[in-house]
Amino acid sequence: MNQFQYVRPTKQKAAIDALAKDTSAQFIAGGTNLVDLMKRGVMNPQKLVDINKLPLNKIEKENGGLRIGALASNKAVAEDKLVLEKQPLLAQALVAGASAQLRNMATVGGNMLQRTRCYYFYDTAMPCNKREPGSGCGALEGINRMHAIFGFSDKCIAVHPSDMSVALAALDATVLVSGPRGDRRIPFADFHRLPGDTPQKDTNLEQGELITAVDIPDGPFTKNVHYLKVRERASYAFALLSVAAALHLDNGTIKDARLAMGGVAHKPWRLNEAEKFLVGKPATEETFRQAAAIAMRDAKAFKHNAYKLKLGPNSIVQALKNATAVA
Amino acid sequence: MADEKPGTPPENAGHDGNRRDFLKKSTLLTAVALTPGPVVHAAEAAWDEKVAAAFEKVPLKLEVNGVKHKLSVEPRTTLLDLLREQLHLTGTKKGCDYGQCGACTVHVDGERVNSCLRLAVMEDGKKVTTIEGLANGDKLHPMQEAFVKHDGFQCGYCTPGQIMSAVACIREGHAGSEGEIKEYMSGNICRCGAYSNIVAAIQDVKNGGQKV
Repeated sequence: MNQFQYVRPTKQKAAIDALAKDTSAQFIAGGTNLVDLMKRGVMNPQKLVDINKLPLNKIEKENGGLRIGALASNKAVAEDKLVLEKQPLLAQALVAGASAQLRNMATVGGNMLQRTRCYYFYDTAMPCNKREPGSGCGALEGINRMHAIFGFSDKCIAVHPSDMSVALAALDATVLVSGPRGDRRIPFADFHRLPGDTPQKDTNLEQGELITAVDIPDGPFTKNVHYLKVRERASYAFALLSVAAALHLDNGTIKDARLAMGGVAHKPWRLNEAEKFLVGKPATEETFRQAAAIAMRDAKAFKHNAYKLKLGPNSIVQALKNATAVA
Repeated sequence: MADEKPGTPPENAGHDGNRRDFLKKSTLLTAVALTPGPVVHAAEAAWDEKVAAAFEKVPLKLEVNGVKHKLSVEPRTTLLDLLREQLHLTGTKKGCDYGQCGACTVHVDGERVNSCLRLAVMEDGKKVTTIEGLANGDKLHPMQEAFVKHDGFQCGYCTPGQIMSAVACIREGHAGSEGEIKEYMSGNICRCGAYSNIVAAIQDVKNGGQKV
């Protein structure tokens, strides 16, 4: 690992200042992805600003919703009483991710900011526009079985690896950030970006902006929810594809629905059209099949990931069936 | 003071000049140790806010297996490397070094973590337990005994991590069923494939009701 400067501020402003003035600096919280990337030379920050002394790990009720501090660990959130009661989908998604050890370390803010696990991004001998803008995309014509089927560009076909973020996208979360120019709230749908011509930018965070919390509005999705994750082994692997499904059912009729997919795009992929279609319909497999077909309309596969065109709709149907079947 | 260890001696402490240097440092550490709490506290707070240069070693207080250490580390030193290379606690294993295998699992403030992905400097003031700290003198921890009894290993390289993880798995309340154990032990890879025996060992300890 390259050498770097290290500072451990106790005040939020000092942390933000440290990054605002230094584009080669990075915040570090759990470090589960950043330390990994630094060991491999994929990321080489000149300075690490350790934010673990900042008081940002509370999980509390806030204005008709839940506010989760950016430094709350993935484990703390997954096992929190309020989260389990109000947003069980989030808890399911968190437990589907990583291992017990990593969930103890990883934070909510860091989870959202993890980088893609595209092999070309990780291999510094390979071209990658995300790691080294202008060097090309190795995955486009290379091994692309993990890669995107929605929203990609000819510069990058990587997918976002977070499970938690798929649930947060489905649940209409808002990201609270604080930066050199003050505080702002970013709707979750606008937090992560599609690659376009600048795949090096994963999110719309500006230089020096620090995630302080995530807000999730209370909703009716406290029971009929399911996070389905399809991967190459039963646990401790990144998703080939995942589906976050939340239904508000009334006597077998769908009153409201939330759907998002992971492992299919550069950001958590919300299925707005399919959600609209589901409202007012009976919660049957036939309805779910039709919704899945709508969701997959714009999907396009590469050489090795055509299986996702089948796996996608099947997983949507299965997630909705599982969500419906919850006692 | 008996259990206060003054960090790592400089690599070439044998040299005369360096020996003096070492004594000087020891004296300094003793001075710090003898200084009233609030003063040390203030000095440390000041350090927190100061940017440590890339090559600069930073002070680190760590309690490992009940022994308090005052150390000095480069910011890029991982907890795993600190344990193995500086404290010579080689029970904790380096497998992948990227958080993918679990061989380096230790407990920090009671929670299991991958020590290969922790920067040691970030653990300042915390308590670490490694496989060496599990047994009570010559008496093995119940989980160690269960691994022996059930043959929960073949080559043994992943075993320290497996055992640290297994103890945490029970303490966390995630050893309720075979399925739950498998899920909550998934962060520990065993290339020999001793999984079924590992699960049996954990179930034995869990069902035996021994305190872990």
